[in-house]
Amino acid sequence: MAGKMTGAQMVVQALKDQGVDTVFGYPGGAVLPIYDEIFQQNEIRHILVRHEQGATHAAEGYARSTGKPGVVLVTSGPGATNAVTGMTDALMDSIPIIVLTGQVPTFMIGNDAFQEADTVGITRPCTKHNWLVKDTDRLAETIHQAFHVATHGRPGPVLVDIPKDVQFATGRYVAPAKASTGHYNPQVKGDIDAITAAVEALENAERPVIYSGGGVVNSGPAASQLLRELVSATNFPVTSTLMGLGCYPASGANWLGMLGMHGTYEANWAMHDCDYMLCIGARFDDRITGRVDAFSPQSVKVHIDIDPSSINKNIHVDIPIVGDIGHVLEDLLRVWKARGRKTRSEAVAKWWAKIEEWRAVKSLSYVNSDSTIKPQYALQRLEALTKGRDRYITTEVGQHQMWAAQFLGFEDPNRWMTSGGLGTMGYGMPASIGVQVAHPDALVINVAGEASWLMNMQEMGTAVQYRLPVKQFIVNNERLGMVRQWQELLHGERYSHSWSESLPDFVKLAEAFGAKGILCDNPADLDDAIQEMLDYDGPVIFDCVVEKHENCFPMIPSGKAHNEMLLGSASTKGAIDVGGAVLV
Amino acid sequence: MNALAIKKGSSRKSAYDLRNPLDEHQETHTLTVLVDNEAGVLARVIGLFSGRGYNIDSLTVAEVDHQGHRSRITIVTTGTPAVIEQIKHQLERMVPVYSVNDLTVEGPSVERELALVKVNCTGEKRVEAMRTGEVFRANVVDSTLESFVFELTGGPEKIDAFVALMVPLGLVEVSRTGVAAIARGV
Repeated sequence: MAGKMTGAQMVVQALKDQGVDTVFGYPGGAVLPIYDEIFQQNEIRHILVRHEQGATHAAEGYARSTGKPGVVLVTSGPGATNAVTGMTDALMDSIPIIVLTGQVPTFMIGNDAFQEADTVGITRPCTKHNWLVKDTDRLAETIHQAFHVATHGRPGPVLVDIPKDVQFATGRYVAPAKASTGHYNPQVKGDIDAITAAVEALENAERPVIYSGGGVVNSGPAASQLLRELVSATNFPVTSTLMGLGCYPASGANWLGMLGMHGTYEANWAMHDCDYMLCIGARFDDRITGRVDAFSPQSVKVHIDIDPSSINKNIHVDIPIVGDIGHVLEDLLRVWKARGRKTRSEAVAKWWAKIEEWRAVKSLSYVNSDSTIKPQYALQRLEALTKGRDRYITTEVGQHQMWAAQFLGFEDPNRWMTSGGLGTMGYGMPASIGVQVAHPDALVINVAGEASWLMNMQEMGTAVQYRLPVKQFIVNNERLGMVRQWQELLHGERYSHSWSESLPDFVKLAEAFGAKGILCDNPADLDDAIQEMLDYDGPVIFDCVVEKHENCFPMIPSGKAHNEMLLGSASTKGAIDVGGAVLV
Repeated sequence: MNALAIKKGSSRKSAYDLRNPLDEHQETHTLTVLVDNEAGVLARVIGLFSGRGYNIDSLTVAEVDHQGHRSRITIVTTGTPAVIEQIKHQLERMVPVYSVNDLTVEGPSVERELALVKVNCTGEKRVEAMRTGEVFRANVVDSTLESFVFELTGGPEKIDAFVALMVPLGLVEVSRTGVAAIARGV
């Protein structure tokens, strides 16, 4: 519908035309005209968060669990600056979110007006792109362009800053079909010569490993299907980064578990000893590689990524393929089939025998207890009692996040929403809200640590207001567990400020919010308590009091290679040298 | 005592490359970047360089297509070959960027810089400054009884050489544009 309308009307119309059903936001002076338009319609649902950071993480949860972009609406100044952490988180994990911010009127910009901030200046490095719209006639097209940029190529956060006078003024609306999206159109098809070279190397591989990542999730469900087809057709072992869990099912025969700093022994040794590495939509992040000059020294490395700047950034690769995972895997499978579906199956069988030896180490084992709940045990029971359900998991950041990645099994993509790149404590609680809004009937659990959870606990109010039955599963060790673990390994067991005194009574806290609280500190009661949480139709805070000094293993100490991983406490003495100590 | 004060360049075992990049082979490249001339585009490019720790030796920018609102940015940068590759890819993926060309590797190119050089001198030094200016084909664009302002065009080395010669003759101020560059041939 072309025609004259106000800027505020345009915002709502553009969102509708882009297929948006939900906006996470918080009103304020500079966005009042847009809120007035939201009030006068019913197509777009607005979820009122309690803090703008919560809005961005909720939008991320929505986006990560649906594949559709999440939308945030906040006011100028503090509204925008509070959204910075969420945008940075989305940038690091390549999550498409569109953040609309109000701005002081154009004639006041630069005057240090009330609630003015240089929003586009502040958010330039933490968005994929951003715009300040100074002309109502340009507003609709800019919003459409923002959706295009957020969702094409490597996805990411974008921001449109809209001064208040632009919201009041009238201008001409442009529908998405007629709007110019500019010249931003990254390549999706991979170079066929490079793909053929990758297939040739694949055919000759004797010790192959497939290393997949979040790019497979971002490419869409078809990419996960193609990955599964490739794995089963070649019988190659497959591991994944934290971001890519679920693309290949955890119950699959070729699954090695997660790789990296807290990945499994078999996955990391396979990465180290392989002669062919097929990296699909991952970026050789420092949590994955360990010491870079000792990273997988004997392998031919193929890297498929939609972002050319990811190639050769940390690790030199032999065969780079720039393109969308779905398109490239389709071509790769087609070429491989056309050339006769060859693999060195005998050598690969020997390789599997070697992998089974590593697997026999059982690197995820831990010493259980009858008297205290071990965090690993808590997650194992959570897994056992929720397996097979329509289940979505978010997490906060720290030890509990790694244990969740190790002990929960994901069968499908978009079921595991965690802050990987930025490592944002306080992410999981609001993210679980975004997931539950997108999937009202699903079971949504935020696996949390008590310290992370407190960072955005105000969003419990949002959960109660919108009757979102999110389950907050707090693995409570009264410690900043991962910080404590590093202080133990690196800083002579001097636990500087890594525990919380005067934690709230989580059961009373839940009741104060109008939710249900459950406390469990006895392993014998754990199953019943978890079942009570699952059976309750409404938001729950589950205070799972666990062993306070449990460390997360296995672990590649910083500055070490994959084949130098630690399996348990006995092997930690002097594990990190001075070179590794400066790393994070 | 200070175990963490590891010397730069002594950490080859580290997971991050903490070695002093100056120990490695450094190259200087001239990149031209065609961008939409939209608000903040220069801040974006500069922010990329400062945020990721890349060098800018010189940078020039002006709109070259007034109808299409496209600007051409010429950046001279120094880094290891891997860093230069990264810089190009990081520039290419920016939304307002149309194209990135590395003139240093893409064949012969012309690089020119303009400088305005003010020299205060009298007597013999004044004659010598004038004569040197003629040798370098510099134009005198301002003159008083005690000073000249020379306008000089050429590669950065030529300008460096001219400025060095002017120092003993009474150099007081230099203003340089930075390099503008274009590929030779069709």
